[in-house]
Amino acid sequence: MARPVRFNISPKPRDNEGHISLVDAPPEGFSGEGFFTTKLSEVVGLARKNSMWPLPFATSCCGIEFMATMGAHYDFGRFGAERMGFSPRQCDMLMVMGTIAKKMGPVLRQVYIQMSEPRWVIAVGACASSGGIFDSYSVLQGIDQIIPVDVYVPGCPPRPEAILDGVMAVQDLVGKESIRRRNSERYQQLMLSYGIQ
Amino acid sequence: MGLTNERIRERLVEKFGESATGFSEPFGMLTFEVPKEMNLKLLQFLYDDPELKFRFLTDLQAVHYPDNKGRELAVVYHLHNLTDNVRIRFKIFTDIENPDVFTATRLYECANWMERETYDFFGVNFVGHPNLKRILNVEEMDYFPMRKEYPMEDQTRIDKDDEMFGRGGTI
Repeated sequence: MARPVRFNISPKPRDNEGHISLVDAPPEGFSGEGFFTTKLSEVVGLARKNSMWPLPFATSCCGIEFMATMGAHYDFGRFGAERMGFSPRQCDMLMVMGTIAKKMGPVLRQVYIQMSEPRWVIAVGACASSGGIFDSYSVLQGIDQIIPVDVYVPGCPPRPEAILDGVMAVQDLVGKESIRRRNSERYQQLMLSYGIQ
Repeated sequence: MGLTNERIRERLVEKFGESATGFSEPFGMLTFEVPKEMNLKLLQFLYDDPELKFRFLTDLQAVHYPDNKGRELAVVYHLHNLTDNVRIRFKIFTDIENPDVFTATRLYECANWMERETYDFFGVNFVGHPNLKRILNVEEMDYFPMRKEYPMEDQTRIDKDDEMFGRGGTI
């Protein structure tokens, strides 16, 4: 049987129409020679989403997948999140990867509280999202019982592509978020429902 | 050849007579049982005896035998003689209604955390322990999770989101 070596001798034509979006189109606005005007919220959103500071909270195998995501092959840095911040006070994207035991719940909550607004949370993997297979007395059944979560990434563990997809979903949220959202009544209610001031 | 299982057994019978029972050698490791009041005496003897020299407490934990009425909880001690590289194991049995066992912390500092763990999961009350409180589980827990008293899926739990698992429920 012939081996599929044809890619070496006759290169496949590039087909990336609609598959790769390199740079977002600039937000709506007026442009002229040497100036561009748009809404402040659009500029803030554009700036925020392309310079996320992730805080990895990795407790198990999803953290290993995240390490692959950070590596050269999947290159998390392409999304403007090159540098992991290991201090919650610097970071704005909390990535919870792995099983959170009930005893670790208050720790995770404290880390979340230490982050300054605006902050986003991704629950990576089945355990962080719902407790996963650990239908057990000691495991927190989803981190959304103690902190609000923006994006859930399914999988056990999710592949790096899925983690990247989750990060892109967060970027989408960040880019579209109103700059007044964090002051809104509804957001305050959400925080209060978790007992966070 | 240094210390053999036969020799250890001889020494134990010499010292404790009929108290040490149930000798067996699963996978070549000498195993026996003593009454629970004698655990400290036995540990001290094994430690001090110039021939036996069991001076390292490898592990200490409990087993729950719910059908074994009056002796439901077994506390298992693993000891190691580092000179001759010989290991032994002995068990004491206690009533689950009255799970008081003397602590080994006076003899082995490392027993401190092991006994806390055993208390945490099985509720064995180590009399004389300096700091007997939960070590691995949340402090608010009011039961001993490793006892065989609970169904595999506890129907009374409210922290499980059933909708996530395709078995109904509400959000």
